[in-house]
Amino acid sequence: MSKNKTAGYKGPYGYQKRREGDGRSCVRYKCGLTNTIQDVLRQRPGWMEVKDDGEWDFNWCDVGWLRENFDHSYMEEHVRICHFRNHYELTRKNLMVKNLKRYRKTLEREAGRIEASKCDFFPRTFELPSEYHLFVEEFKRSPGSTWIMKPVARSQGKGIFLFQKLKDIMDWKKDGSRSEEQRDETQVESYVAQRYIENPYLISGRKFDLRVYVLVTSYIPLKAWLYRDGFARFSSTRFSLTSIDDQYVHLTNVAVQKTAPDYDPEKGCKWQMQQLRRYLTARHGTETIEALFKDVDNIFVRSLQSVQKVIINDKHCFELYGYDILLDQDLKPWLIEVNASPSLTASSQEDYEMKCCLLEDTLHIVDMEGRLTGREKRVGGYDLMWNDGPVYREDVNLETLGSACFTANTHLGCVNDRKKQLRQLLKPFPSKKRI
Amino acid sequence: MMDEGTELSLTIAQIVQRLKATHLHSQIERQAKECLHRPEIQLESLKEDVRNFLKASGWERKLQNAVYRELHVQPLPSHPAAPPEHAKEPLAYMRKAQVNWEKRILKSLNSMCTELGVPLARKRPAVEQKELTNKWNEMGTDEPGKWTSSQSICSDRRLNTPSYSISHDSQVLISLRNPNHDSSEEASAKSHWGLIQVPLHDRDIPQMREAYSELSLTTGQLGIDDHTHVPPDLFESEHTRIGKKVVNEQDSAAAQQYSRQGCPTGLRADLWALILNSTNEPEDVMHYEQLKAGVIHHDLLVDNLIYKDVKLTASNDDYYFVFEDFLYQVLLCFSRDTAVLEHFSYNSATPPKSYIQGKVGVEEFAVVYPPNGVIPFHGFSMYVAPLCFLYNEPSKLYSVFREMYVRYFFRLHSVSSSTSGIVSLCLQFERLLQTHLPQLFYHLREIGAQPLRIAFKWMVRAFSGYLSTDQLLLLWDRILGYDSLEIVAVLAAAVFAFRAENLMEVTSLTSAEAVLADLSTLKVMPLIQIFLFATVI
Repeated sequence: MSKNKTAGYKGPYGYQKRREGDGRSCVRYKCGLTNTIQDVLRQRPGWMEVKDDGEWDFNWCDVGWLRENFDHSYMEEHVRICHFRNHYELTRKNLMVKNLKRYRKTLEREAGRIEASKCDFFPRTFELPSEYHLFVEEFKRSPGSTWIMKPVARSQGKGIFLFQKLKDIMDWKKDGSRSEEQRDETQVESYVAQRYIENPYLISGRKFDLRVYVLVTSYIPLKAWLYRDGFARFSSTRFSLTSIDDQYVHLTNVAVQKTAPDYDPEKGCKWQMQQLRRYLTARHGTETIEALFKDVDNIFVRSLQSVQKVIINDKHCFELYGYDILLDQDLKPWLIEVNASPSLTASSQEDYEMKCCLLEDTLHIVDMEGRLTGREKRVGGYDLMWNDGPVYREDVNLETLGSACFTANTHLGCVNDRKKQLRQLLKPFPSKKRI
Repeated sequence: MMDEGTELSLTIAQIVQRLKATHLHSQIERQAKECLHRPEIQLESLKEDVRNFLKASGWERKLQNAVYRELHVQPLPSHPAAPPEHAKEPLAYMRKAQVNWEKRILKSLNSMCTELGVPLARKRPAVEQKELTNKWNEMGTDEPGKWTSSQSICSDRRLNTPSYSISHDSQVLISLRNPNHDSSEEASAKSHWGLIQVPLHDRDIPQMREAYSELSLTTGQLGIDDHTHVPPDLFESEHTRIGKKVVNEQDSAAAQQYSRQGCPTGLRADLWALILNSTNEPEDVMHYEQLKAGVIHHDLLVDNLIYKDVKLTASNDDYYFVFEDFLYQVLLCFSRDTAVLEHFSYNSATPPKSYIQGKVGVEEFAVVYPPNGVIPFHGFSMYVAPLCFLYNEPSKLYSVFREMYVRYFFRLHSVSSSTSGIVSLCLQFERLLQTHLPQLFYHLREIGAQPLRIAFKWMVRAFSGYLSTDQLLLLWDRILGYDSLEIVAVLAAAVFAFRAENLMEVTSLTSAEAVLADLSTLKVMPLIQIFLFATVI
């Protein structure tokens, strides 16, 4: 665990170290974003922002910075950064699908069809133009189906459209008004064509998707935390397949909704996860919804396992993912995508508070201050979901080993009494000491 | 005064009369006839055997539930010589106040008609009918006035009539006086500090402790004992198990008793439907479809009030905005449902009458307006919104809402002496506050912040829109469980008790309002429990 340093030890850069453990009382941070994370970092006791080229212990960077600088940075053992070098294996749509497909094949070979079927949580997807022919085969096998085209590397709903006829995407390729731009695009940008989920679960006629937060602190061994809060994002118009050109109906991204003509910023179009869970439980019963959330847990674990061997594991890295999940009318959850930089901009006061708590708890787990033992199953609003194996709510010991009912240690959409839990868990922040 | 025996047989006769006209009656008759083919039915013991069959097949239980339901909506028993108004409201001065208030509402509704040149009702042209049918499930996407004859009507400030806004209601109640009551000689210490000055019966805390014994500190509750740190074996698991059993047995009376300790989220929809005896049989669906057809064919002036209300209240709510379409589908049909007129036999209110043009005063040409006799007002949609959480089939949602309305909600906006009526609730609230938090009450009075001015709006809506949904549903569990709205007044007092410290610091009505502006974080059951069972008397 932690090494004891003798009192008065000064590291090579002259900063102070706490007497016990590897924690530090003064953390120098760099932050490339200007939203909620800035506020959270600024308010953290003992944390100080460094400008420009100063030495830092902690870096909340954007992926652009990472791409340019990561390979040239030397990081001390204690230093932490908020992305994995090749996170895009999970977060770029085409790579994610490639990794999931490969993982599924391996699973089928090693553990059989039933086990492999647990990976059937993403719709049929093909990368274009490279898998064009495979896509056409599948397309012809399901006449009348609707497909969604998504640019591989863009976010906030940009560039996405639906189609039902092959000629729609061929038209797009030939479309004169876009030819210049599009010629460039087809050279650098890949798209994925994905089977559109035509029977989404609707609440009062409206489609919604779920945003869930998963924190990964290590890939080998895999250690992942699930945050209890999250939200359901509603489309502002009623769902219908007759108007597939209407972006506002089908895409529930808040960024897209904001541009919709009847979008009212005063009117939230989000429900907190707790509200959604309660609604679903009231409609379908406790057991059904517990099973649903178990399926959702399965999506997180398997998607992370699928990239486990591909991601460059680096002890300096951690990453907060925003998972987008869609439910269909049979209450089956589908993975839409994983975001490495989930939006931290708040859309309302409530949203701001939720994101602050999320980020605070993320920093608690990263634990620059060395206050955790490493054996915790819960920190604030985070529950340890996977720790080189499933994590259970019950303590597994010799007595309980024989019992068949273990419940997963996840509480998505459940009560988040994080303040109370943190009070009991964490020692107060270390005070600054000067020698 | 009638003796109990006569009263009982009269009640039985009335219920039998009412049930004879229902679909259930014909169903049971048919069942009884069809079971004659069964081997276990013997000619010698025919009556006995048929009875046993009906019991075993669940039909007796259905009948029991139907009888139980009738008991809930029976008018108060009264002397055979008493006029029918007595069943609506026994106290003359209350009736008079209600009548006067109604006159004013009607007057403003009629003037709205003439000023804006809009008819009370108009038949929709065929094109419009077709369009509305197509848009039935998404009326919320259109401009509020789209389906009415005057598109500008909803933005018209003339819509802010006395019939529409709630503040007028409280004025009516505050000015109520019993002409037979001489309060001039009461000592000032005994006098009532609040705004309601009528001598109605109210209960004190010791009486409430007995009445609400299931809410005591030693009894398990949902809303308290299902908290995260309480192990579920202590209460929650067993309570849920019993709940499942009650639903399986389809026992209305048991469900009502059960609901006093709260309904588990997964069972609440079924339990409430059971308590209200709200079925979703083909005839209920058909009834709903007929109402829907009525909406398509005719446009009513009051529809504007509904559109405006939904847009202003529910659509702006963080949680209920999703259900906008459902609200239109329920409320527009509700306005046209003449079955609602039955409840006026025990409601102090009287449905407004309108006359065919040119035949004013001629009874044969009188129609009730709107068809259900209920004029919607600002905030009305909040009675429906929480129910959308539980039911997503429009006909089922409608059926549950209608029953809740004719049992409880109507009392919140009519002048009556009923213990669940808004007058009693206001009085009960003020008395509880004055008795148990006299310092606070006095202070608020002195700074011109009469507590009722703040609590009134909560109580009229039974707290809908003020509490978070899960807490509201826990509160409404108890309204159903105790078959009374009294708990709403208790909660209002408990909220003041909870925020007493902060309220003692304020120096104006506005700052008092600010302290009590946000109730969304409150946990209702602990507040009620502490107020009733932990207050030092």
